Formats: sequence, structure tokens, C-alpha cells
Amino acid sequence: MTPIIVLVVEDQESIRRFLRVSLAGAGHRVLEAGTAATALRMAAESPPDLVILDLGLPDRDGFEVLRGFRTWSQAPVIVLSARDGEADKVAALDAGADDYVTKPFGVGELHARMRSALRHRSPGPGADAIVADRLRIDAGARRVTVDGTEIHLTPLEYKLLLTLARSPGRVLTHRVLLREVWGPDATQEVHYLRVFVASLRRKIEADPTRPRLIVTEPGVGYRFADV
Amino acid sequence: MADPRPNPDVLLAEVEAEERRVRRGSLRIFFGYAAGVGKTFTMLQTARRARDEGRDVVIGYVEPHARPDTQALADGFETLPIREVPYRGVSLREFDLPAALARRPEILLVDELAHTNAPGSVHDKRWQDVQEVLDAGIDVWTTLNVQHIESLNDVIGQITGVVVRETIPDHVFDAADELELVDITPEELLERLQAGKIYLPDQARHALERFFQRPNLAALRELSLRQAARRVHTDVESARRRAAATEPWATADRLLVCIGPSPTTARVIRTAKRMATALDADWIALSVDVTGAAADAPSRQRIAEHVRLAERLGAEAATLAGQDVAETIVEFARSRNVTKILVGRTRRPRWTRFLFGSLVDDLIDHAGRIDVSVIHGEEDPHPAAAPGAPRRPRIAIRALLEAALAVLAAAAAATALRWSGLSDAESNTVMIFLAAVAWSAFRHGRAPAAFTSVLAVLVFDFCFVPPAFTLAVSDVQYVFTFAVMLAIGLVISTLTARLRGQVESTRERERRTAALYELGRQLGGVSGQAFLAAVAARNVSEIVGGETAVYLDESPAPPAVVAGRDTDVARHPLSLPAAQWTIAHDQIAGAGTNTLPAAIALFVPLIGSSRTLGALGVRVPDARKLADAEERRLLEACAAQLALALDRDLMTIAASEARIRAEAEVVRSNLLAGVSHDLRTPLAAIAGASSSLLGAEVTDVAVRRQLLETIEAEARRLTRLLENILQMSRLDAGGATPNLQWHVLEEIVGSALHRVGRGLAAHEVAIRIPADLPLVHVDGLLLEQVFVNLLENAARHTPPGTHVTISAAVDGRALRIAVSDDGPGLPAAAEERVFDRFFQGGPAADAGRGTGLGLAICRAIVEAHRGSITAARRPGGGAEFVIRLPLADDTPRIVVE
Repeated sequence: MTPIIVLVVEDQESIRRFLRVSLAGAGHRVLEAGTAATALRMAAESPPDLVILDLGLPDRDGFEVLRGFRTWSQAPVIVLSARDGEADKVAALDAGADDYVTKPFGVGELHARMRSALRHRSPGPGADAIVADRLRIDAGARRVTVDGTEIHLTPLEYKLLLTLARSPGRVLTHRVLLREVWGPDATQEVHYLRVFVASLRRKIEADPTRPRLIVTEPGVGYRFADV
Repeated sequence: MADPRPNPDVLLAEVEAEERRVRRGSLRIFFGYAAGVGKTFTMLQTARRARDEGRDVVIGYVEPHARPDTQALADGFETLPIREVPYRGVSLREFDLPAALARRPEILLVDELAHTNAPGSVHDKRWQDVQEVLDAGIDVWTTLNVQHIESLNDVIGQITGVVVRETIPDHVFDAADELELVDITPEELLERLQAGKIYLPDQARHALERFFQRPNLAALRELSLRQAARRVHTDVESARRRAAATEPWATADRLLVCIGPSPTTARVIRTAKRMATALDADWIALSVDVTGAAADAPSRQRIAEHVRLAERLGAEAATLAGQDVAETIVEFARSRNVTKILVGRTRRPRWTRFLFGSLVDDLIDHAGRIDVSVIHGEEDPHPAAAPGAPRRPRIAIRALLEAALAVLAAAAAATALRWSGLSDAESNTVMIFLAAVAWSAFRHGRAPAAFTSVLAVLVFDFCFVPPAFTLAVSDVQYVFTFAVMLAIGLVISTLTARLRGQVESTRERERRTAALYELGRQLGGVSGQAFLAAVAARNVSEIVGGETAVYLDESPAPPAVVAGRDTDVARHPLSLPAAQWTIAHDQIAGAGTNTLPAAIALFVPLIGSSRTLGALGVRVPDARKLADAEERRLLEACAAQLALALDRDLMTIAASEARIRAEAEVVRSNLLAGVSHDLRTPLAAIAGASSSLLGAEVTDVAVRRQLLETIEAEARRLTRLLENILQMSRLDAGGATPNLQWHVLEEIVGSALHRVGRGLAAHEVAIRIPADLPLVHVDGLLLEQVFVNLLENAARHTPPGTHVTISAAVDGRALRIAVSDDGPGLPAAAEERVFDRFFQGGPAADAGRGTGLGLAICRAIVEAHRGSITAARRPGGGAEFVIRLPLADDTPRIVVE
């Protein structure tokens, strides 16, 4: 990974410390902020390439930092959240966060998320063909093959697969997917989405109960494999 | 004997009265003797001064027809809006009580205290509105004429010939904190009248002009001055008592007034009130139920009205039962240290008094040292209000016909007896006729029996006394026979009538007792407020022969109908306000009372041990029945039974809540005890490993790595433990209301497998979920936790290489999900215990030790979904956990293609 500027917004010194050590170890420049106010000031002074944001801050809500930051920067933001904070995760993603990591987390997981987030900030050539594992989507020809064999998808399934596959590694919330595939009025009918995802998995996954391409993010949405 | 110290009881009473005054607003009455003396004018003038002193004065209501100068005084005051009440095509203007309570001024001006409100108002009378305003701590200034005081009402009616229907109870007047007399001479008043300065309503102009006569006015003025003087006297008296008067308390007089059904009683009661006031004495109104004598309904109603009149006038009312009226009265009088008994003189013919005695004579005989005053009895100038107007009991034509037939039969029998020659003694003939009288008395009561006696004498004379077939009598001896025959006939009829009465009243009492017993028995057998209310409503409806609705207090929300929701009572718009009022004031309201009389039902409060729990609304086809004291007592008894049952129910609920809290406390402490051990172990490992690393002694790279791995593993274990504890406590707290959504089971199992991850790497996991399985209505995250726990459990308690299978199928109206393995199986007889908290199954692989919470969490989650989870030993070895979740009828089916 090329060296970049990472802003760590977290009020717990112990967590900041191990993040600092591991990020600096990976060759990044690390800025640290313990409060929302410091975070916004630092971000303005030396614009970061990526932000790691804890939502529970002593002075203000982490969401305010996220929204404030998003008014002028598109740099990726990864949110740190508690295990049962599904509602927070969805809200953060809807407010413009790119991804989240659930506490407690391993350093390896964090680095993987960072890589993925940074990659998609610089979108590659609008490739016609998307290849993931055994799956190949030929967007121009509207052709989907698994291990070279063409499979039949309904129009909605195809639309869903394409929407997911165009943002590999990113979590797409239920709401976003419903809006993209079914239209703006359908944002409540999550079970439609679940049934279509299950059907898609049966067609493209080797073992639909152990999906590798369309990964479930419980309570939040789905993530397409980043390979 | 002169004790200079103040009597502590008196002081205490003073302090309590003072406190009541602090809490309540004070009442100031501008008091005059006729319209036009300037009460409203004076009130407004005084109010202006008060306002100029900076007090918050608001006009609640001032008669709209005020004279210009009065009107001018009213200008500039804040005035509450007037409530317009449509009534028979006209719009009545009324004082707006809720507006006054909402505005809460310091002083509120309300004209005409004795005013009767428009039908459909909260209260019948304005003075009741004023009481509520005072209760709210607002001072009220009002105006009143002397003729509106209840106890003076009939005297003034006599003096002026004008009967005033709008009266206020004496206690309201007596309780006024300040009385301001507004007085001008009758001459001046008449001048004003001539000058047209006094408003008289057109329709009453004639009557009122008769009223405004100099002698009338002089008499009224005297009465008003006397009232004011008495008031001053009372104030002085109470001040004197406070100032530790040395004079001993003259043994106060205590009056007792006898109440009966006679229409003259009302007058006697008013006289008693005046005497009591003059003597500054307590007074008691007593009515006696003669045991065994069934009073007819109109009499009972009149007695009830008289008792209420006495209560309004400030008497203590009592009802006793006794065989002998005079004896009962005197006994009671002695027990209560009564000094004077007042009784009305009844206008009965001298001979009946001679024959049967009179109450007055009996009282005088028994009274001993107690004075007996006999009050001249006269018909009440306004007989007891219309609804209960006494009606003469009608003698049924049928009864008379039957009586006549009985006499004819007796005549026929007597004739037959004579002709047959068995007996021709006249004494036997007389006996046969007497038998007819007795039969008639037994069957129809007193009046028909008297009629039979007379008829029997006539027929006997006509048919059997020579000369036959004329009414003439040859032998004077027969006159004596007639007299004895008539007398015996009358006595028999009286006695049998009394017997009948006794039987009837016993039967009635029996019925009531049985009904109350039945109500109590049924209430004892149910629990739950709604059921209790329903039982009570059904029984009360049967007892009174009407409809019943039960309202329960839900304050601050309005009371809720918990039984009888589909009755007319519950549907009527005034029922809710009446119930609310009853609950708030602990008093009977609604039909037949002075509060919300337009309601169709009578509301009786359900008074519990600590608060009023609700109200019982009762409607009967004949609303007059509810005015009967006996009937109300019965209703109150029923209400008391229901209140008792509701109280008991509330206490049971409170007790069971306390028990649940105690159980939760035990669980919590068990949890802490179990957890503290499990928390310490990983913490000790982490602390040990990290301190070893910090120390310089560990240099070997492999060892360092081992220690670091220990720290990571123990941290993971701590995390899992903490998550389990948090989840358990959330489930315990009932905070984990499942977020139910339609899910694909396969996906949930998939993400559980993903989460367990490497934990199951050494096991063979097979998933058998049919693709067409219906959607499940569950909380995805919680159900995922169930699978994670079951899978981790399998990983921990079975050796590597064990097969773990998750299968699902529709089984009837449920979804059956099984997680099974072919490992060593469950410990013997532990199928149920594995779901207990901190149950640690068998010897587990070292680091695989769990928290002992996993399966308890599974059970809590599944039960929150109204499903079940069981564990079993598989026949071929291994363990099987079976989850059953109910399938919904409205499961959506989504077709992909």
C-alpha cells in the first residue's frame, strides 16, 4: 500500500496507541484526534486520505464529524462500531461512511478494509467485464457465466448482481440495494431482497450456505467479494 | 372548675380549619335581602379596589342585565368567556367552570350563588361550581339574597307568598369566610324600583311586584340582618374560644328530629334547623324503619328525600330499625345525649289516636328527662320535588271483586249450612264471614280486607238477620254483633297486613343478602380487573334489573370502561364525565343526584383502601328507584364488594411483581458469581503473559510468540463472554423485543457459519435446508446467535471429525430445525439442565471451556419468538437440539422468476 495520511479519531488512548503503531508500521502518516473538534480542525489543516472514526466521542456525536467531513471531502471513512450497533452502522453508511469495523477487531481485518476502501475511491477503467472468482459478468453482452457456463438470471437478479458487483468490497445497505434494484418506493421490503439474494446464491455460489461472492452483513446489508 | 387553659380540642379544630382555609380558596358573600340592594355593585367596587392593590381579579360571571353604572364598573376587568348552552331553542348563558379552573385567578367574581345551571352542566347548581373553584385554591366573591338560604326558604315563602326554588344548603352559607351585608332601607329600594333601576324578568314581573311590598321587604331585611348578626356572633364566639375563655363549655344542646314519610316532615326539619342554629347546637335527623312493616315505595322515597334535606341543612342523618318507634327514638336519643326531641304533630282523628295511640304521646311517655317539642305540622309549601311525588296506592278493582266474591261465597256457605240443618247458630254464620275477611286480608292486604268487613256486615244483616232481605234490624242485640264483627274484621286485616309486610320485607332482605353473597362468592373466584368488573357488572345488573358499566381510574388519563362497553350507559356522552367526577370526588353522581343529573346512570365510587379505584355506573328503567335510600345502600354495598376485590387483585399483582423482582435479583447475583470466576481466568492469563513479555527474561522468539498468542486467545474468550453476558442481561431485562422480519433461514445459518469460522474447521458440517422452505418471521441477529451458540457448543464438546448437521423442515404449523451431531452426546439426564445458566457440560477440551450461558441464551431467544428448544440424546449416539418455531398464516411468498 502506498503511504498515505490516515486520521484516527478515537478518544481512547489505548486504542489510538495500537492503531498508531500498526499504521505507522505499514508506512502511513498517522494523525490523531481525541475529540470531534480537534478532528475537524486537523482534517481541514492537512486533508487526510482516509479517516478511521469512532462514533462515541466525548464532545460531539461522531456522526457530526462524518457529515462535516463529507461536505468537502470524498476520502474514505471507516467507522469503528460495537457488536450490537447495527442501527449505527446503517446510519453511518447512509451518512457517507465507506465501511465499518466491529470492535474488538484485529489489525489484519482493519488493513484489509482500508485497502478495499482506498481502491474504490480511485475507480478503475469502466470495465465491461467483471471477474470475481469463477464468476464473470459481461455487462456489454448482459452475459453471466460461472466456470465458463452461461447461467440464466431474471432481469431483477441480473440488476441486483450487477449493482453488488460494481462495488466490490463495499457494504451496500438493504435500503441502497432496494432503491437501486426495485426503485425508490421499495425501501422497506427487505425480505424481497433476501429471497432474491438466496436465489442468486443458488445460481452463482459453489455452496449457497457458505457464500463467498455475496457475503451477508447481518442487520446491515450485503458485500460483494473483493477479489 | 374554671380552667384558664384553652381546650386543646378546640384549638386543634381551629388549626385544622385554618389549614383547610390555607388549602382552599376563601368564599366572600355579598349578602342582601332583595334584588336591587346593590350587591353586585358593591362587589365590583370592592373588586376594583382589590385590583388597584395589585391583586389578580377576574370576572367569572356577572349577570348580563346589569344596570349601566354596574356595567361601567365591570368594564376593564378581565372577563372569562361565557358558556352558551342551547336549551329548548334558546341559548342559556352560563358560568364556565373549566375556563375558571384553567385561568386560576387569585380572586374570581361569580354573581348569584343560588343560580340553577342549565341542564347538562357538570353541576346542578352554581354553588357546586363555586365549591370546585374554592377547592382549587381560588378565592371566590359572590352575591346572595336571604331568601335563597335553604332553612329560611319556607319562612320567607310564608311571609312573601313567593316560593323561591333556587336555594343553597346552609352549610355553604355557614362556611363563607367573609360575609358582607349590603343593606339599604326598604323605602330607598322601592324608590329605585319605581325609577326602573331594578331589573325584573318580564315573565315574573307580576309575581315579583307583589314581592316588593314594604312589609315583605321589612321582614326580609330583618331576616338578613339577623343572619348577619348571627354570623358576627359566631365569629366572636369562635374568637372567644380561641382566646381561652374561662367559662366552661355550657353543655351544648343536641337536637334530634324525627323523620317520617309524612309530607309535613320537611317543615319540621326546617324548624329543627332554625332551633339548632339559634341554640348553636348539633342536630341529628333520625328515621326509624319499623321492623316488619313494609313501607310502600312512595313513603320510602319521601323518607329518603327528607333525610337528604336534613343532610343539606347540616344535620347528621341516621336510620335505625326497631319494633317500637318511640322506644327506638328515645334509646338512641339517650345514647347520643340528646337534650331535645322534635317531632311533628300529625293530623289524625282523635279517635285513632285514642285507639292506636300516637307517636307523640308515646315519646312523651318514654322521654323521661329529654324535652319533647311538638311542631305544628303543615303541608310543605313545595312538596318534595316532582320526581318522587307521592301517589295514592290504588286498590286494584280485581281485589275488590275477589273480596265481594269471597263474601258471596261465605253467604252461600252459610245458607247451605242452614238449609242442610247442620247448624243454624248465628255465631257460626258470623265465623264463616270472618273467615272471608281473613282470607281477603291475607290475599289482598288491608284496604280490601276493610272493604270485605263492611260488605260482610251488610250481607250478614241483609240475608241472615231478621227481618230478612232488608237492612233493617229487629233486635238491637245485632247492632252489637255488627260492631264486634266489624272490629274483629279490621283487626284481622291489620294483623294480616302487617304479617304480609313482614314476609315481604323479609323476602326482599333475603333477596338482597343472597344477591350480595352471590356477588362476593363470584368475585372471590376470579382474578384480573377486567374479569372482576365483568362479574360485578353482570350481578349488579341482575340485582337492580338494569344495565351496569364499570369504569376504572386510569388517571391522569380519563377512566376506562372495563365492563359493559356495549351498554347505553357506556355510550351516553355524560357517563364519562360523571364517572370521572365520581372518582375525583369520591361521591355519588349522575341520575337522581345534584351532580350531572342529566346523565342516564347513577355513578357510585369504588373506594379502595388507598384511593378511589373507579366507578360503578348503574341505569335502571325507572330512574326514581335510584333515589331510594335502600337501593343506594345496596349499590354501595355492591360497589364496596367490587372495590375490595379489585384491591385484593392489585395487591396480588404487586406481590407477584415483588416476587419477580426478587427472582431477577437472585438471577443477577448468580450471574455475577458465575461470571466473576470466568472473567478472572482470562484476565489472569493476559496479565501474566504480558508482564512476562515486558520483563527482560523472555528472549526466545518462539516463546514470545506463544505468550502473544495466549494474550490474543484469552482476549477473544473475554470478548465472547462479555457478549454473552450482555445479551443475557438484555434478554432478562425484557429489552430484547425481537425485531421480527421475514428472513431466509439459509442466509441466517450461512452467516452463523461465517461467524463461527475457523472454530468448526475440524468438523464436518452439513446443511440440509430445502430451497422452497417458507420465509421465517424472526429477529435475524438473535436467531443467528442461536446457531452460533449451538455450533460453538458442538465444536467445544465433540472431538474433531465429528459430523454436525443442520436441517430444517415444515412440521405441521411449525418449522422444525435440528442441529445434531454424532459426537459423545449429552451427559446422562442432562437434557433439560443443559439450558440452565452456568451449566457446564462434561469434560471439555481445555480452551473450549464455555461460559455456561450459550444454551440459556438460545432458550431465551427461541422463547422470545414463541418457539421451543429441546435437547435430546440421539439413538445412534450424539446430541440433537431441536428448535420449533411457529409458522405464520400470512407468510409472504415471493416468486423470483
